Amino acid sequence: MAEPVRSTDAGLRAGAAELKFRDPAKARELAGAMESVCEAVGREVSVMHVCGSHEQSIAKYGLRTILPRRLDVIMGPGCPVCVTDVPEVDEAVVLAADGVRVATYGDMVRVPGTVKSLADAQAEGARVDVVYSAAQAVEIARGTAEEVVFFASGFETTAVATAAVIVADPPPNFSVLSAHKYIPPVMEIVAEMPATRVEGFLAAGHAATITGSALFEPFVERHGIPVVVAGFEPLDVLAGLLKLVELVRDQEPLVVNMYPRCVTPEGNRNAQEQLWRVFRTMGGRWRGIAHVPNGNLRLRDEFAHVDTRKRFQIAVERLWSHAPSALTQVCICGDIMAGIASPNDCDLFGKECTPDAPVGACMVSNEGTCKIWHQYGGHPDL
Amino acid sequence: MRMLIEETLAAGFLDEAAPTPDSIGLAAMDDGAALRLGDQWLVVTTDSHVIHPIFFPGGDIGRLAIAGTVNDLAVMGATRPLALTSAIIVEEGFRQSDLARLQASMRETCREAGVTIVTGDTKVMGRGEIDGIVINTTGLGLTDAVVPDAGLEPGDRLLVTGSIGDHGIALMAERHELDFEGELASDVAPINGLLAAALAAANGAVTAMKDPTRGGLASALHEMAEKSGVGITVHEPAIPVRPTVRSAAEMLGLDPLHIANEGKAVLGVKRERAEEALAAMREHPLGREAAIVGECVDENPGRVVLDTGLGRRLVSEPEGEPLPRIC
Repeated sequence: MAEPVRSTDAGLRAGAAELKFRDPAKARELAGAMESVCEAVGREVSVMHVCGSHEQSIAKYGLRTILPRRLDVIMGPGCPVCVTDVPEVDEAVVLAADGVRVATYGDMVRVPGTVKSLADAQAEGARVDVVYSAAQAVEIARGTAEEVVFFASGFETTAVATAAVIVADPPPNFSVLSAHKYIPPVMEIVAEMPATRVEGFLAAGHAATITGSALFEPFVERHGIPVVVAGFEPLDVLAGLLKLVELVRDQEPLVVNMYPRCVTPEGNRNAQEQLWRVFRTMGGRWRGIAHVPNGNLRLRDEFAHVDTRKRFQIAVERLWSHAPSALTQVCICGDIMAGIASPNDCDLFGKECTPDAPVGACMVSNEGTCKIWHQYGGHPDL
Repeated sequence: MRMLIEETLAAGFLDEAAPTPDSIGLAAMDDGAALRLGDQWLVVTTDSHVIHPIFFPGGDIGRLAIAGTVNDLAVMGATRPLALTSAIIVEEGFRQSDLARLQASMRETCREAGVTIVTGDTKVMGRGEIDGIVINTTGLGLTDAVVPDAGLEPGDRLLVTGSIGDHGIALMAERHELDFEGELASDVAPINGLLAAALAAANGAVTAMKDPTRGGLASALHEMAEKSGVGITVHEPAIPVRPTVRSAAEMLGLDPLHIANEGKAVLGVKRERAEEALAAMREHPLGREAAIVGECVDENPGRVVLDTGLGRRLVSEPEGEPLPRIC
């Protein structure tokens, strides 16, 4: 087994790089080691990851079937599509209904707003383009005289790509409706929730590639909870989880970088400069969770000319003429994302709420806990 | 889709008496119908083909229309198609040169399958009334033994005839204008010859067959497990997936098991004849990558479990059109 690696310990990086990232024998070794650590702790341990890609990896490779019974790996608010707030979806729906062309990522199209989703608007004749990148949205704008709005969602990783097209002189008919979110502040919220059982965080390797692992140090200091930065291959996830339960056992609140082949303590400075040149943080609601101070990324005034909210008067209120469906009141997406409930606790899960007819955003996105559980069976006894 | 068909379109027809004794009709929701004719079965299947774009890497709508129907006959056991019909509806202004290309492609695919078109119909609709072209083909074939999709039994081995995901990923790359390094091409092809070889080698031991088109291998396995009342375990490392398809699917956040195929089949074969069937398929030019990918079990009837090599999980049934995801 490769030795765990501190972000400062360059000498051990080669060890982590030697992991063959999908090797079943190594996976069993790591799972076995985790079992011993959990035994030593002698009680149930709950840790949280804050990234849909981690959940994808865990579910897709069936890792929960080899994790220790006493280790609960909770998926936190790590799905950008899921935490996009209802009024943000409403803004995009209103624009689309008014004939503005809206380009967005595939997942966003079916996220329910107050009364409808972009897919509903599309069915009623609105122009909605599914794009794979911000650059593709700019290309659409270049090819037309129509107004093209890029409904941008994603965390700091994806926001950098949006920033890149904004500083690269997009055509005048292009603007950005930012629903970008910033992860570190919501970790604070979860850590402070009274019902929280979270004893450690697995941080997303791709976000840390940009922000750097040192970003989490103040958090660890404030809350006394360890943070391990991990990659997305199955062995990355297992090695990250093992390190995390070791830190829990040893009561060592530290930041440890288990993804040193991509992540450095300081991160990608150029990307950070670009990100903060274009965006600033602002408080805002995360769907179902809470108001998150500094949790939203909004365009700075300098880029008002590319800001959809400055270019259009978006009257979302007119969507609210009839009440949202009663089912949405029953949806517990927020509690699920905060780690205090699981999809099985929801009365709608798999019944009224399915990927075909989603009630909450968690059932829409491939990164959403409910969708992933519906797809792969959650904690299956297989 | 399945719900729309079962609850609306087929309603009323589902419980009508079968036209001949022990025939397979609409209620079976199989790939086609099978009607008793003396001591043989007449297998009938029909399919309307729409695809965008109509020319794509590895094929076109013409090739698809022939191969799709020939394969639907073949997976019911009718590997020697008797005849096809073709009804084409084109949009006014559709280029004649494109029609000629499609016609040549249909002829070539018929030649590969050893069948011909015996009757047809052509209609033109106004501009905007139809999107380009729609081709309907109906296939007729005779067989001594019908192979249903519901005949799996615990212990049966599951075989696929080759790599999966090629068609859907090639189409998606084309539609979303995604450039991937390496060759991506649809696998669209008539595989009746390949399946004939497998059936002969298995000598009556093929218990079920299905072509994993829309919804991919995952949908096909689910349908077979549900209808047969068995559980299925599939071993992911054994499933042939081309490296380019695997990386493209991974980049797009899609599961190759959910991706459509147009030149593949999944077969249930009794354990003791599985190796023979596999060897026969690998001898065939279209079956070089055939593999045994799983088995049927008593536990979890109707469910499909994937052994990833690292752990186990359920295989989901794909819902709607797969969309590329965000990060």
